[in-house]
Amino acid sequence: MTKTTAAGKTRRQIYEDRLRRRSMLIAGGSTLAVFLAVVILVPMAPGWDRVKASFFNWEVFAKTFPKLLEAFKLDVAIFLWSAPAIVILGLLVALARDTRNPALFPLRILGAAYTDIFRGVPVVLTVYLIGFGIPGLGLPRPWNSPYIWGSLALILTYSAYVAEIFRSGIESVHASQRAAAASLGLSDADSMRFVILPQAIRRVIPAQMNMFIALQKDVALLSFIGPVEIFRQAGVFKSLLANFTPYVGAAVIFLAVTIPATRYADYLLAKQNRERS
Amino acid sequence: MAKITLKAVEKRFGDNTVCDGIDLEVEEGEMVCLIGASGAGKSTLLRCINLLETIEDGEILLDGEDISLPGLDPQPVRRRIGMVFQSYNLFPHMTAAENVMLAPRRVYKKSRAALRPEITELFERFGLADRMDHYPDQLSGGQQQRVAIVRALAMKPEVMLFDEITSALDPQLVGEVLDVLRLLKDSGMTMVLATHEMGFAREAADKVCFLKDGKVVEEGAPSAVFDTPQHPDTQAFLARALK
Ligand SMILES: Nc1ncnc2c1ncn2[C@@H]1O[C@H](COP(=O)(O)OP(=O)(O)O)[C@@H](O)[C@H]1O
Ligand SMILES: [Mg+2]
Repeated sequence: MTKTTAAGKTRRQIYEDRLRRRSMLIAGGSTLAVFLAVVILVPMAPGWDRVKASFFNWEVFAKTFPKLLEAFKLDVAIFLWSAPAIVILGLLVALARDTRNPALFPLRILGAAYTDIFRGVPVVLTVYLIGFGIPGLGLPRPWNSPYIWGSLALILTYSAYVAEIFRSGIESVHASQRAAAASLGLSDADSMRFVILPQAIRRVIPAQMNMFIALQKDVALLSFIGPVEIFRQAGVFKSLLANFTPYVGAAVIFLAVTIPATRYADYLLAKQNRERS
Repeated sequence: MAKITLKAVEKRFGDNTVCDGIDLEVEEGEMVCLIGASGAGKSTLLRCINLLETIEDGEILLDGEDISLPGLDPQPVRRRIGMVFQSYNLFPHMTAAENVMLAPRRVYKKSRAALRPEITELFERFGLADRMDHYPDQLSGGQQQRVAIVRALAMKPEVMLFDEITSALDPQLVGEVLDVLRLLKDSGMTMVLATHEMGFAREAADKVCFLKDGKVVEEGAPSAVFDTPQHPDTQAFLARALK
């Protein structure tokens, strides 16, 4: 029989409660101390006033923020039509690289070359080449739109990364699953579609989420070729007001999207790891 | 004519000869048990019969028809031969019922609604009626292995191959899976088992084959092989296995 106190707790529970209270107190105290030091010491640094006026000007922030938010809608729109295309193209490339059918061998080579090239070139270079170069060939409207070619540059680049992640997922499914599917008389295509892919996709969802968070940030690269999205809009305000606060505003908007998304991806990953152990 | 005939089957992995001229006959409705130390080639032999591995030389006949012909489409053959693995290999993202229905749906183009009654009957026969809509990780090892057997049976195979299907189970769960094998044998299924369950092999098998280094060293009725083994290797193996 365990001895319990009046509160219905064992000695061990009381001891652990006390430990927990103690460590919470210490953590809270040290966090407060660091926070106060930053708040008090940073404004005392030489040049702080100039930094504040240039980066954290409240008036500029309040005036430009709504317009920045408006411009960010374009970033979101470009993201929303690029993302499904990336998922589909990435999956097709992954499957092409995995095919064992000799008639499709050229597809395998193409798939490998494709992923090598687009992962090897800086995104901004691809955006310039395709997003600037192709409309520059003198195509008729609407085919000279930088929206189309800029989005295509992002789609091509990100599909290469996404394809490799899908491939790693496909390879992580144990060979015994393929053997079980084959022993039932399922075709290779059915075994891939119903047995391998569903498991592979589930495993790589957190990794893919991180890719799409990166994509949302890289949409800003299209500002170099024309579309007035948030980064470009912030640049316009910066020139107009001779102040960097609009860039800080843009950063705040990006963070409002990326931090929750990153946290969610981390949470999913931790959950998967728990389930598999 | 035997249901399955192996003639001088040879299988190599690189320099390693894993099946070294194996001859074997399995009659219709017979249960044949393959015994032998780990690494003897039992699993590989079963995988060759199911065409999961290709053989270097020799022939494998099903109803007298050469299924080891290079270039032959393996899928129609595999539908006629079911296989159950040591590690169950259920599809973890599907319920037990979905595991069982996948192949009949895709291969025989039957609808879920059409399959449900016959599948329910199979689950009931093997004591799994209340487990149909569970996922594999919600089932015990013994239940998972029985679902794997049901999954293979749903394709209505003519032959069943079992590769040490009780080896991964807790001892108290072995019995329920062996009961399923007895049930199958009584229904007239042709079966080939790789097994370490010597007691079961002696009681239920029609024929026992002792394999060593990819060769059939000794074969015969269980009473002959277990009680009066002729070959010294068989005697040594059984002395260790039955201790
Ligand atoms: N896929 C493979 N590649 C290479 N060697 C293998 C492979 N599968 C089995 N072997 C080898 O074949 C031999 C027989 O293995 P196996 O058929 O699993 O024996 P058993 O089932 O009797 O324990 C072993 O030496 C093993 O290492
Ligand atoms: Mg084995």
